[in-house]
Amino acid sequence: MKLRPAGDNLAGYAFISPFIIGFLAFTIIPMVISLYLSFTSYDLFTTPQWVGLANYIEMFTGDEKYWTTIKVTFTYVLAGVPLRLTFALIVAMLLNRASRMVGIYRTLFYLPSIIGGSVAVAIMWRNIFGNEGTINQILFFMGIDQKIYWYQDPTSALWTLIMLSVWQFGSSMLIFLAGLKNISPEYYEAASVDGANPFQKFFKITLPLLSPIIFFNLVMQTISAFMTFTPAYIISKGEGGPLDGTLLYSLYLFQKAFNFFQMGYASAMAWVMLLIVGLLTLILFKTSKYWVHYESKEG
Amino acid sequence: MKAVHESPQAEPRQLQMQKPKFNWKKWLYHLVTGAFALLMLYPILWLLMSSFKESSQVFVTAHSLIPDPFILSNYVQGWEGIAGQSFGTFIKNSLIIVGFSTIGAVISSSLIAYGFARISFKGKAFWFGCMMVSMMLPHEVVMIPQYIIFAKIGWLNSFLPIIVPQFFGHAFFIFLMVQFIRNIPIELDEAARIDGCGRFGIFYKVILPLIVPAMATAAIFSFYWKWEDLINPVLYLNSPEKYPVSLALKLFLDSETASNWGAMFAMSVVSLLPVILIFFLFQKYIVEGISTSGLK
Repeated sequence: MKLRPAGDNLAGYAFISPFIIGFLAFTIIPMVISLYLSFTSYDLFTTPQWVGLANYIEMFTGDEKYWTTIKVTFTYVLAGVPLRLTFALIVAMLLNRASRMVGIYRTLFYLPSIIGGSVAVAIMWRNIFGNEGTINQILFFMGIDQKIYWYQDPTSALWTLIMLSVWQFGSSMLIFLAGLKNISPEYYEAASVDGANPFQKFFKITLPLLSPIIFFNLVMQTISAFMTFTPAYIISKGEGGPLDGTLLYSLYLFQKAFNFFQMGYASAMAWVMLLIVGLLTLILFKTSKYWVHYESKEG
Repeated sequence: MKAVHESPQAEPRQLQMQKPKFNWKKWLYHLVTGAFALLMLYPILWLLMSSFKESSQVFVTAHSLIPDPFILSNYVQGWEGIAGQSFGTFIKNSLIIVGFSTIGAVISSSLIAYGFARISFKGKAFWFGCMMVSMMLPHEVVMIPQYIIFAKIGWLNSFLPIIVPQFFGHAFFIFLMVQFIRNIPIELDEAARIDGCGRFGIFYKVILPLIVPAMATAAIFSFYWKWEDLINPVLYLNSPEKYPVSLALKLFLDSETASNWGAMFAMSVVSLLPVILIFFLFQKYIVEGISTSGLK
């Protein structure tokens, strides 16, 4: 019986060689260069000048804008991701039933996350929240005469970005829905027999059984939220304004690199970003054993 | 939920009667869910309807979804394009970028996935680990050196920096296809081997036809990501005749001072059409891709 894949080093490497070449050429070598550049001053046209830790020191002690972008980005991630996942879970539970309409609802709720990353949607969002935009006009018709100048205040401008991110809860919702369908109805029946109320069922059955999926979503969404670029770039027309209120980390890094040609500084920013993302992921993994419940077979 | 809706008079009939009792609950459910779905879609509808309004009316009548008068000239005007280029040029550029990127990503990923899923070789775990890590790596870390490298080899202002990297596999797609291949019975490989197939023969004749659904999912997502991609075109393309749709819309936005909202909205709608069309045509693959591997 030769049913196991036969060991074959040459064939194996032949098949995965595109990955190895690409990984070296587009990931490893650029990462090494990026690390080196982060210790230099480099404007793309002259030779890089070694400056040691100067970029990192400037970032943490000299550059006020850097702290603004940290604050803005963390607000965006820490508000946006939990809100998005909460919405996704609520709607997934709402759709977890047998009905012909469920398929249609699912499609409608999912549509925003398919188009959400596009320039067209960012343009749309910018105009909906404009001074004369729909939101203000609807508020007016509801009798609220006070216009909200969404894009003149740093906080409300950032919240429009957060709302845009929450609006795209659809992909997480689909994953949650698939997870909910996997929970055996017997658990709920048994709980009903024991007289559990809906809240108890949610907190004692649904949430624990769904926790591995929630965890997976939390990690992936946190990472991708940290790297958000397009909406901030479009909605603030590349400025990150007002008063740097929408200056997400990626946008500031982009400005430093390609508007001011501070390639060394931007590289240092990229490495700090990598560390932050890595650290966040590590924290999530470390805390996961306290709240993520794995069934004996999964793992 | 249940406890809230149980009205007292329904209780005695609970066992035999189902329909009358559930009806109003059902209606309430559909009312709430449907209203919420419409609320979510409202911005898209607003964009669509605004594209049929006169530019001067868009914000005067922003509360209304009904264009008055209903005009199509925004589309004509938008299609004339911007910066001396017709909008058709931008669409053509987008299609070239998306087409080549997608073909490259899907083919290379399927080869790599076969290697990971079916062949055991030294160092496999290491390379698989590299692939998983690269899924989580922020693009910003490699963005600047990649730009420098592509500038040095003279690829700026061409599609090459956007397309070529796709030919070396895409971690998400590889992962998706590895999962898929692992579910194919290995006996099929064995049978093909006995019939005289080599490694590549097995891949081409046995595996490839069976992973078409996974390849379709990958192709759809590759289409979405490349169609909507903004940062790479911003970085690498600087003459308008090479702009894809995403960057062209940015041009419309930058020339907003002329307050020609109509044309901008019309072309925004045009840019969303292929995305939405593919979404409705291939929803099955998309839902599968997301539910099994967490693709976004």
